[in-house]
Amino acid sequence: MSAIRDLAAAVADGTRPARSVAAETARALERTGGLNATLDWSAELLEAQAGAVDESATKGSLAGVPVALKDNIVTTDQPVTCGSRLLEGYRSPYNATVVERLRAAGALTAIKTNLDEFAMGSSTEHSAFGRVLHPTDPDRVPGGSSGGSAALVAAGVVPAALGSETGGSVRQPASFCGVVGIKPSYGRVSRFGLVAFGSSLDCISALGATVEDAARVLHVISGADPRDATTLAAGPVELLPPRQDLRGVTIGLPRECFPPDLDPGVRAGCDRAIAALRELGAEVREVSLTHTGYGVATYYVIAPAEASANLARYDGVRYGQRRLDGAVDVRGLYRATRGAGFGAEVKRRIVIGTYVLSSGYYDAYYAKAQRVRGLIAEDYRRLFQDDGVDYLFTPTTPTVAFRAGERTADPVAMYLADIFTVGACLAGLPAVSLPIGRSNGLPVGGQLVGPVMREAELLAVAGALEAIVPGADEVR
Amino acid sequence: MTWETVIGLEVHIQLLTASKMFCGCKTTFGDPPNTNVCPVCLGLPGALPVPNEAAVRHGVRAALALGCTIHPISVFARKNYFYPDLPKGYQISQFDRPLATGGTVWFDSPDRGRTAVSITRLHLEEDAGKSLHDRLPGKTAIDLNRSGIPLAEIVGGPDLRSPGEARAYLGALRDILLYTGVSDCSMEEGSLRVDANLSLRRPDGPLGTKTEVKNMNSFANVERALTVERERQAAILEGGGRVEHQTLLFQAASGEVRPMRSKEESHDYRYFPEPDLPPLILEPDFIEAERDILPELPEAKRTRFEGELGLPPYDAGVLTGTPDIADYFEAVVAAGAAPKAAANWVMGEVLAARTGREELPVAADRLAALIALVDEGVVSLQAAKQVFAELIHDHSAPRVVAERLGLVQVADVEALTEWVEEVLAAHPGEVQRYRNGEQKLLGFFVGQVMKRSRGKADPKGVQPVLRKRLTAS
Repeated sequence: MSAIRDLAAAVADGTRPARSVAAETARALERTGGLNATLDWSAELLEAQAGAVDESATKGSLAGVPVALKDNIVTTDQPVTCGSRLLEGYRSPYNATVVERLRAAGALTAIKTNLDEFAMGSSTEHSAFGRVLHPTDPDRVPGGSSGGSAALVAAGVVPAALGSETGGSVRQPASFCGVVGIKPSYGRVSRFGLVAFGSSLDCISALGATVEDAARVLHVISGADPRDATTLAAGPVELLPPRQDLRGVTIGLPRECFPPDLDPGVRAGCDRAIAALRELGAEVREVSLTHTGYGVATYYVIAPAEASANLARYDGVRYGQRRLDGAVDVRGLYRATRGAGFGAEVKRRIVIGTYVLSSGYYDAYYAKAQRVRGLIAEDYRRLFQDDGVDYLFTPTTPTVAFRAGERTADPVAMYLADIFTVGACLAGLPAVSLPIGRSNGLPVGGQLVGPVMREAELLAVAGALEAIVPGADEVR
Repeated sequence: MTWETVIGLEVHIQLLTASKMFCGCKTTFGDPPNTNVCPVCLGLPGALPVPNEAAVRHGVRAALALGCTIHPISVFARKNYFYPDLPKGYQISQFDRPLATGGTVWFDSPDRGRTAVSITRLHLEEDAGKSLHDRLPGKTAIDLNRSGIPLAEIVGGPDLRSPGEARAYLGALRDILLYTGVSDCSMEEGSLRVDANLSLRRPDGPLGTKTEVKNMNSFANVERALTVERERQAAILEGGGRVEHQTLLFQAASGEVRPMRSKEESHDYRYFPEPDLPPLILEPDFIEAERDILPELPEAKRTRFEGELGLPPYDAGVLTGTPDIADYFEAVVAAGAAPKAAANWVMGEVLAARTGREELPVAADRLAALIALVDEGVVSLQAAKQVFAELIHDHSAPRVVAERLGLVQVADVEALTEWVEEVLAAHPGEVQRYRNGEQKLLGFFVGQVMKRSRGKADPKGVQPVLRKRLTAS
């Protein structure tokens, strides 16, 4: 099941010019403009990129395939805002590594998608440029922070898009919108050109309508990059066909991810998916990830700490929107620029991050969070290495897409949307969310987590599950 | 003196690499503002640091030269503070796991002789940019050419006991770093910067409250500033007051120290491990490769010059001051000159003639040839100095130059006799007095012969001729 494979093949053999793909994509973008899923796109740029693909003698594996980019990935020909007023008008003098790789493969990359400001949020309501609407229910959120990318894929505007994860920002919106989201191992995809949020957690991740579509994009963007010292010394993620069965595969169900208060629709979806895994021949058994309960708290110490440093550069001195508001010294300039430029959620996290790194608090918060992070990673390591578990299956999120405005006043309720996704981020493991059904018309996502660097095998398992679980069907 | 001075120095050196610490930009000094910059050293969104292997090698070599232990695993950390010339809002440095710890530097104390200073640690970091407050009227301009330049910070223990010792230690430290080739150590160009901590205490008493002194732009000013600060603290303590822990800026023009505004120094740097960089892991082979290329250091060279070459300590100290002088001296000796004669020439004529130029004048083998002419009696020492002055811009052989200048000594008895006759004829009174027993006039006659011969007469040959003519009647 791959729209991308067929499209790239048609462009490559000339039966479908990339220009016509570009024109159709532009029309679809106009038609779906009401979702507010994009921050910048232009028919001219799409057309120009498509023209280059059509005229090129060699056609890459993504020839003529539109791949939308979350607007925290930099390109030279479009602005990059990170959903923030502070960066309004800023344009990067260089392209992200992933953009170079996508373009080399023939992808059309002229669509920048809406996001929570600096990727901080789980609903895409924290964008300075307005919230993104859920494609099937405009009163609901698409999830976040890669909500724009997920909504565009779900709406069928593009077959694939890039998002970024720090705590679940691709899998969670993929789950809410009913598409596939793959977070690779930390270091599998270069972060060069991804505007940093929590550097030790940030992963550029792929969204697609199907596992194979997302995998084809991941294949192109992954692999070591000399410009990112944290990339793993490995080539691209291999493309494997979906497994025909799961005989000999052991799948663990961490009991901490199936709490009694789990949304009934989500539970029903999971039950059906688990039955399908068994049907495929997998051995499915309950396991424990003891420290799951500490994941969100740990994440909300480490990610803001790193963010407080990463966002220090937005001071109005060199680029972006400088404000003075009557200030007469440089401190006043900082205060005015950052005060007006950052939204409330970003400020909240900068304050938290600054606090946990402060003299006298470092050991109690940051150092302790790093130790807990180690324990969480150890939980996974033990399951995969000692206990004979090959993959884990969990719901991606505790609920289906929630209503806009429902959680904006309660940050902790918002943060808990990431409870099942932060673990793989803290442990640096690959994970994929795929649609496993619908509850009252809203998508339910299931998640598979695998050992580090085992993306290809993980996706082959996800492909097997995808083939027999009808993601669009009601589960209750 | 009822107070003992305790000084510790923190020295930042720029590592002599072609490119910056975490990007490929040039490190050239003096280029037009903001020309050696890229997304990484500008701190643009999405840019990431990648360590420069050459900078790590230089840091390792410097640490080895200072006798430090190199740690196989060290960790980069972010040091967070806001300043307009700090593009990322943090500096990448090392904090709780530095590259190296525990070394020693020996220096000649003006008060205590050979003295050791402990090196607490050496760590790698990147430089910030530069704020220019005098370039645009009423505005501050920012030049980010320096942003990301590789630095090593060398933290010395509180082992110095006077401002003079601080200066002498800096000289020894600079010598080592110059020898190792890791830095050009130019305070003028900012490739060596010094911050000092100073406190006073009763001899053998507990340490007093220290102050930090910054903004010293020469070794002489380090000594001046610390002298001023020592007197300031002594006056406070003598008056029964307490020294306040603070940072002071030295004002070279007025010779005063003034406290930084408290806002400027109230930093909580919120250090944490740099997530963009994995721990720096150094394999034993990497460290050993640097140890293998370490040159002989000043301390060892000095001992060898004294022991093997028999030079006095003073000469050994001067000649090991910089590697180029030491190498030159050794080349002169290798070309056949006696060590002491070579030392005298290098410390005298050569260093005097070097003033204001980069290169040492006169190739070592030519100087050795000139020294040989003196030894063989071909030219006098005085004449040789004239020849040397010519050799700086004349590339002929020393003997050819000596001959052209007419400075080759004449030992031929006939020629000498002629000059002697002339002298005796011109001084009949003195001849009479000599003959009457005033033997000491012989020296006078020798001098007159030398004068008449314009220095060409071989003094050793003149005496017998003179004696013979004076006793003959």
